[in-house]
Formats: sequence, C-alpha cells, structure tokens
Amino acid sequence: MAMQPATAGRKARWALLDIVVVVYALVPVLWIASLSLKTKDTVADGNFVPREWTLQNYRDIFATTEFIRPLFNSIGIALIATFIAVVLGMMAAYAIARLDFPGKKLLVGVSLLIAMFPQISLVTPLFNIERELGLFDTWPGLILPYITFALPLAIYTLSSFFREIPWELEKAAKMDGATPAQAFRRVIAPLAAPGVFTTAILVFILCWNDFLFAISLTSTEASRTVPAALSFFTGTSQFDDPTGTISAAAVVITIPIILFVLFFQRRIVAGLTSGAVKG
Amino acid sequence: MSHAVTDAPGEESAASTEPPKKAKLSEGRKAERRLGWLLCAPAAIVMLAVTGYPIVYSIWLSLQRYDLRFPGEQEFVGLDNYIAVLSNPYWWTAFGTTMLITVVTVAIEFVLGMALALVMHRTLVGRGLVRTVALIPYGIVTVAAAFSWYYAWTPETGYLANLFADGSAPLTEYGSSLLIIALAEVWKTTPFMALLLMAGLALVPDDLMRAASMDGANAWQRFTKVMLPVMKPAILVALLFRTLDAFRIFDNIFVLTGGSNDTSSVSMQTYNNLIKGLNLGIGSAMAVLIFLTVALIAFLFVKGFGTAAPGSDDGGKR
Repeated sequence: MAMQPATAGRKARWALLDIVVVVYALVPVLWIASLSLKTKDTVADGNFVPREWTLQNYRDIFATTEFIRPLFNSIGIALIATFIAVVLGMMAAYAIARLDFPGKKLLVGVSLLIAMFPQISLVTPLFNIERELGLFDTWPGLILPYITFALPLAIYTLSSFFREIPWELEKAAKMDGATPAQAFRRVIAPLAAPGVFTTAILVFILCWNDFLFAISLTSTEASRTVPAALSFFTGTSQFDDPTGTISAAAVVITIPIILFVLFFQRRIVAGLTSGAVKG
Repeated sequence: MSHAVTDAPGEESAASTEPPKKAKLSEGRKAERRLGWLLCAPAAIVMLAVTGYPIVYSIWLSLQRYDLRFPGEQEFVGLDNYIAVLSNPYWWTAFGTTMLITVVTVAIEFVLGMALALVMHRTLVGRGLVRTVALIPYGIVTVAAAFSWYYAWTPETGYLANLFADGSAPLTEYGSSLLIIALAEVWKTTPFMALLLMAGLALVPDDLMRAASMDGANAWQRFTKVMLPVMKPAILVALLFRTLDAFRIFDNIFVLTGGSNDTSSVSMQTYNNLIKGLNLGIGSAMAVLIFLTVALIAFLFVKGFGTAAPGSDDGGKR
C-alpha cells in the first residue's frame, strides 16, 4: 500500500519530463507549420497559432517549377544515392562482419575518417573537378558526394546488424538440403532485411538533409535540391514576401521525416545506437 | 563482440593443425581474402575517388595562384595563399566564432543530451512517444528548422522576437545572433547526442546500480561514480562526433544571419570565397587548414581520452 502512491508520484514526475521533451521537440516544427497556414495578411502578426487559416501557400508552391523541380531533384537524388550507398555498403559490411582479410581495419578506419571529414574541405576541389568533368550542376554531381558521405554510415550500421545475424542457420539450411541460393533467400535475406531497411532510412535522411553540397555544386533548377532552392525562393512576384511559401516548402520536406519517425522509431533508434556502442 | 569470441578458437585451431591440412586451409583463406577485397573494392574506390583525390588536388591547388576570374594568371606561388589566409583578420574572426560555437554548443548538448538520454532510457510512461518526438529534431532538414528559428526571431513576424522590447532585432547583433545560432544548433543536435549516450546507458548493468544503492550511494553519486565511468567510451564517441560536426557548422548560419556581423564560420568563409570570390587557390588553402584543424581536434580527443580511459579510477584518486 505504501508503494502505490510512490510509483504514482514517480510516474507523474516522468510524465512531466516527457511533456518537456515533447514541447522541446515540437515547438519549432509547429511554428513553421503555423506560418505556412497563415494568410498573407496575418503572416507577420507574430501569433503562434494562425488567426486565419489557408492552404494558399501550398497551392502556390505546387504551382511553380521553382518548387516542384527541386522537389523532384531532391527525391530522385536522395533515392538513387541511398540505393547505391546501401548496395555498396552491404557488400563491404558483409565482408567486414564475416570474412577475414588484410586491410579490413584500414577500410573501417578510412570510412570513420570520412564520417568525420569536414565536407567544406571537399567543396572547393570538387567544384573545380566537376566543372572540368561536366558534372557540375548535374544529378551525378550531387549523387557522388552523397554516396561517399553515406557509405561510412551504411557500412557501420550494416556491419553491426550483420554481426547479430545467426549465420549458422545458413549452414543448417544447406545441411537440410537447401541450395545456397535457397538458403540465402529463405533464411539469410529475411534476417538481414530489417537492418538493411533501417540503414536505408538513415542514409536517406542524410542525403535529404544536405545543404552545403547542394548549394555549392549546383547553379540552376537542373539539379538544385529543395534545401538549396529554399534560399532562392521569392514569392509569386518579386515583391511578395516569401515567408509563407518558404514555410510551406519547409513543411513539405519535413513530412517524409515525420513519417519515418512515426513508423520506424524503434528501428531508427536501434540503427543509431548499435553503431555507437561498437565505436 | 560475439564475432570476435567465435573467431578466436578458429584461429588457434588453424595455427595448430598439421601441415597438409594447413595448406588446404590457406587455400580457403586465399579465397576468403579475395572475396573480402572484391566485396569492399567498390565502396573503397568510390570513397577514395571522391575524397582522396580531391584532397590531394586541393593541396596542389592551394599552392597555386588560381582565380577563376583571371584564369590566365595561374602559377605556382608556394605558401603565399596560406600566408594570405592566416594574416587575414576575417579568417581569424571566423575561426574564433566557429570555435566559440563549437565549444559552447557541445557543452550544452552534452548536459541536455545526458538528461534526454536518461529520460528516453528510464521513463516509466510514454517511452515510445518520447523517443519518437526526440527523433524529429534529429531527422528534420537543418535548413527547414533554421527557417523556423529565423522567422521566430524576426521582429513583428516572430513569436519569440515579440517577447522582447519593441524595435529590437536580435539577428542583427553579434551577441544575440550567436545565441540564436547556438540555440538552433543545440535544438537540432541534442537528440543525436542523447541517442549516442543512450547506447552507453544501456551498457550500465542494473546490478551495479542496485549494489551502489545498497551501499548507500545517493543518486548523484551513482551517476558520477558508477554510470559515467561505464559510459566513458560512449561519451568519447558522442563528444568527438558532435565536436567535429559542430566545427563544420554552415546551414544554420547561412539561413539565420548569412554570416553578417562577424557570425561567419570557417565553412561559410570558404563557401563565400568560392562562390563570390571564385578564388580556388585561397579557397583550397582554407580547405586544407580546416582539414588540419579537424584532424588536430580528433587527435587531441583520442589522445586526451585514450590515456585517461584505462585505470580511470587511479586518475580520480591522484
């Protein structure tokens, strides 16, 4: 009986802390969402909650190539870079987790170095190299650096996931008469899939987020992604205040992140923490 | 870990087997080695091509006079570009600003991150909810969040700017601009720090905490004497990653102040020099200097923590 109020009190204390965290995380997001829903007349009223609601800003941005084209670029570039980085990362991570070969430590070390590398140090040389190779302001011109900076993350996360897989099952399946292909498809692939999927999400977020390369290695709508395009946004006319449209665009590129977080919180947390412990 | 354990007996048996069997094994080893290299080659090649070559190239560029506006005048100038950068007060202002932001934000993030990690790890109610919302700042596009802060602090428009005296524009003054940049940076990256620390928290054995509690240690003592030492490796990783990441700060400053009022970071300076100045020689010298600084920070970190890590108890008693 004496324990009961104590745990209730403790629960209430934790609940209070939970609320602090929720407010902390959501206020800036709700604010930009609120701005995007305000009408042109009330956008500068400083109110946290819109006084007049409208979807006009969203209609405006989806009516102009100024936004649609960068959105298309963002999605395409991030998806391609994610796919390639995860495939290459899978191969390397499998080797690191399961095979013994000289140079393994070196590869892990080098990829760790790249993870910590200051991207800006690559911007000036890459700018000139891409200009000379004709890659400047093209999709591959962004995809290549994205793959490079995503690979360390992919290799790290995947190899820590692969280490957890009970590979003996593969042998057992083969003993039971499965061909190597069957053993892989029926036994190993389903076990590896969650880790691969988690890594893909983390890598996608990384590419989706980039601003420095996007703004330095592009110059037109041919390859400019949304984060870079935002800073060039003007309203529907040059003298329009772009606050509402920028906010709406910022909300649109936040939606995929919110969806990932809502549906795959457990996986994302597992992916981020598994790499860290191994350190 | 489990991998290392299962590996050890394999190696031992390989060493102790008879010659004929050993030869067979080494044949298998060779195949394994080849497969390992083959699987790693594509990743290694991409990483080397996109980082290794540009680094070497930027060292070479940094020794040239190379201005895209005057392409005919390219020539070898030795260390002139470095002298030009290092004797430029703007560079040192940016360097100081970057260092200041790095130290202040990482310190705050460590404290807040530890608190958040404890909440995410130990809360009795709504653990999933807390973890989910904490991931939002981590995942959100930095530029999108930066615009949210920018408008929040814009006079009239912003709910935060309006809290202060009329007519004040916090993003046009050095001190308040830096505070807002730090705020935006801390908000965005604390959850990442917390997740890395949470990985360390998971390693603290419950028995140990309970034993300490039985021995009469209070909550603070349990935290500093039991949890922190066990978490040391995770703390090192978290601080190192965040420090190096903070040093590259670019997105938030670009959106919030555009680098005005001396709030430029070294990354901003290098970017401006490239895009506005088109001076590849100077830009490459800056790139090399930033690279060297980051390498030095990483070295000092590993050195400083590395020597303290084993026998940290002795360090405390001394």
